[in-house]
Amino acid sequence: MRRLLDNRHVLGLLFMLPAGVLLLVFLSYPLGLGTWLGFTDTKVGRAGIWVGLDNYKFLWGDEVTRLALFNTLFYTFVASVIKFVLGLWLALLLNRHIPFKSFFRAVILLPFIVPTALSAIAFWWIYDAQFSIVSWVLVKMGIIDTYIDFLGQPWLARLSTIAANVWRGVPFVAICLLAGLQTISPSLYEAAALDGATPWQRFRYVTLPLLTPIIAVVMTFSVLFTFTDFQLIYVLTRGGPLNSTHLMATLSFQRAISGGSLGEGAAIATAMVPFLLAAILFSYFGLQRRAWQQGGSDR
Amino acid sequence: MTKFTRRDFLKGTAGTAVAGTLGTGSAMWAQDAFAQGKWTPEKGAKLRVLRWKRFVQGDEDMWLANTKKFAEKFKVDVRVDSEGWEDVRPKAAVAANVGSGPDIIISTFEDAHQYPDKLVDVTDVCNYLGGKYGGWYDVCKEYCTEKGKWVAVPMGCAGNSVVHRIGAMKEAGFSEFPKDLAGFLKLAQAYKAKGMPPGFALGNATGDGNVWCHWLVWSHGGKMVDQKGNVVIVSPETEAALNYGKQLYDTFIPGTLSWLDPNNNKAFLDGQIGMTTNGISIYYAAKNSTDAKIKAMVDDIGHANLPVGPAGKPTELNLFFPMMLFKYSKFPNAAKAYLAFMMEKEQYEPWQQAAIGYVSHPLKAYEQSPLWKSDPKNIPYRDSMKIMLPNGYSGPMGYASAATMADFIMVNMVAEAVSGSKTPKEAMDRAKARAERYYKV
Repeated sequence: MRRLLDNRHVLGLLFMLPAGVLLLVFLSYPLGLGTWLGFTDTKVGRAGIWVGLDNYKFLWGDEVTRLALFNTLFYTFVASVIKFVLGLWLALLLNRHIPFKSFFRAVILLPFIVPTALSAIAFWWIYDAQFSIVSWVLVKMGIIDTYIDFLGQPWLARLSTIAANVWRGVPFVAICLLAGLQTISPSLYEAAALDGATPWQRFRYVTLPLLTPIIAVVMTFSVLFTFTDFQLIYVLTRGGPLNSTHLMATLSFQRAISGGSLGEGAAIATAMVPFLLAAILFSYFGLQRRAWQQGGSDR
Repeated sequence: MTKFTRRDFLKGTAGTAVAGTLGTGSAMWAQDAFAQGKWTPEKGAKLRVLRWKRFVQGDEDMWLANTKKFAEKFKVDVRVDSEGWEDVRPKAAVAANVGSGPDIIISTFEDAHQYPDKLVDVTDVCNYLGGKYGGWYDVCKEYCTEKGKWVAVPMGCAGNSVVHRIGAMKEAGFSEFPKDLAGFLKLAQAYKAKGMPPGFALGNATGDGNVWCHWLVWSHGGKMVDQKGNVVIVSPETEAALNYGKQLYDTFIPGTLSWLDPNNNKAFLDGQIGMTTNGISIYYAAKNSTDAKIKAMVDDIGHANLPVGPAGKPTELNLFFPMMLFKYSKFPNAAKAYLAFMMEKEQYEPWQQAAIGYVSHPLKAYEQSPLWKSDPKNIPYRDSMKIMLPNGYSGPMGYASAATMADFIMVNMVAEAVSGSKTPKEAMDRAKARAERYYKV
């Protein structure tokens, strides 16, 4: 026994066991179960039988699911790009010496701290077809004469939900990028200044390369959060109008829990995995360009 | 041999004895209590009840007070938990599947048909209550019986009716609320002309959206499925309904495509819309408002049942509540006693009163409840159970009808067609394809 415990391989395995069990029980098992359910016709409250790819075949031909897939990709892409641009811009501003720096940094975080359900309800009022403050102000100013139907027209509803998502997601990106900016040594900027680099060049050749590892991580998370968004849509529109804001996550919930088709809902959720993997791989291989960071070129 | 049961004996002796000492009111009470001796709670019985969360505070307070009364009388521990009504359904299904959970679950719609074999036969309770209180409305049997057996006790439904402004209607030349579709449309147009357009929810509004969209299709004779469960939504009747709906939609306030359940309440109380469908809550909110402007609206608010179309009969859908007793319960007799007790007049009437008519009764005798006489405006809600059709009409109830509703197939079809984003034909075809998926199993 003692000899066994002295063996570094055995000991190593032993130490890893708790983490392994945690991963297995709370990550692998639910994921595996979800994937398996996607291949069955399980209903809430009734065990199902194996139906192979039936669910996926149906979903492929289902217009609502296709629309939800399009909505999800559109929502994720547009919201992530805007969040990145605004977040980086905010981080650069906050990285400068401005008065009340700590105060501003704290304030920026607010949208991120407020529970999503609460901020979503606030947006629900802001976008209300009858009580929208935005419409009210514009009408009072004489710019428009009827209230804007923010959530009632498909495209407007998509953009409105994206705006709400951006409002909530920017602080996360900004604060993380700010942390990244602070790790860049000032001496690099001094050296660049001595070489006569313009502000743009300093950003392009010093800041950006050194920030990319952080950007990769932050944007991966940001894309994952956006792709799997649920609460915001559920509170604002429940996927309406005419299913134009249904995301994969909300549709999955509607079919699986409210509708009772656990198998089909699980299939929708599982169908999200390849997209998420692609996003992760993209940021991993696309943005982790070490040679480029050190001043060389990729090849 | 003459049957002289213990109950008869007690009725004859103790009843009078109690009456002598406590007065007649208590005597009646005592009789009812003895009637309940039918289900003697098991020794040391403990019950867990899960119900939907109240829409009005009075409901919960009185339900708990009645429960406490039961607990003290029968020495049974009862714990009541509440969840948002849309969350009860999945929980009940899981409880049925796993075989453990609350003894009694008060859920919604056709849940009793989704897992009838997991439920205790409560025919005795329902026969007893039906016999005593003038019988159940027909729709109760559709929701709660399976192969001739009662598998759930109907609690009632959250009734819906048209909520509208009386003054503007009269000014437009209507002496009373129209009872036919043509008149209804004319009234809607009149409301619009008065600057008080109608507003009916067309977003994924689980309650309000489903209620009026089902009425629209059913009133024209359209339906999702026939009696055998074949999807028959593509029909001239449905098309007529959608075309009528389009004319109706043209009178609506902008924005109804995004409306969820609370929107019409807000817009009505703000005076922006003149007509919508809703529970009694708008009227109640106006009555209890501290805002002078809203309070002034009370006398002007009218209620009416939705008009009858070519189908020739009322075709309303209301949120129905079955009380299910699960087979895994260790104390079925205590649970039956509880269900019967809560539905008895002494408990039900005050409870219904406390819920200010939000819940319409399933037993005919309760039509005489003082609640309905206290305010004539309550009357359309009184008849909710009497005039409604079951969900998934006219097909079999079960998983498919539940899933079809949860997926908003009817609501989406109506919204697509009336808003003009799809032709009625396209909208019907889409609805058919979606519904067939559920009805094929």
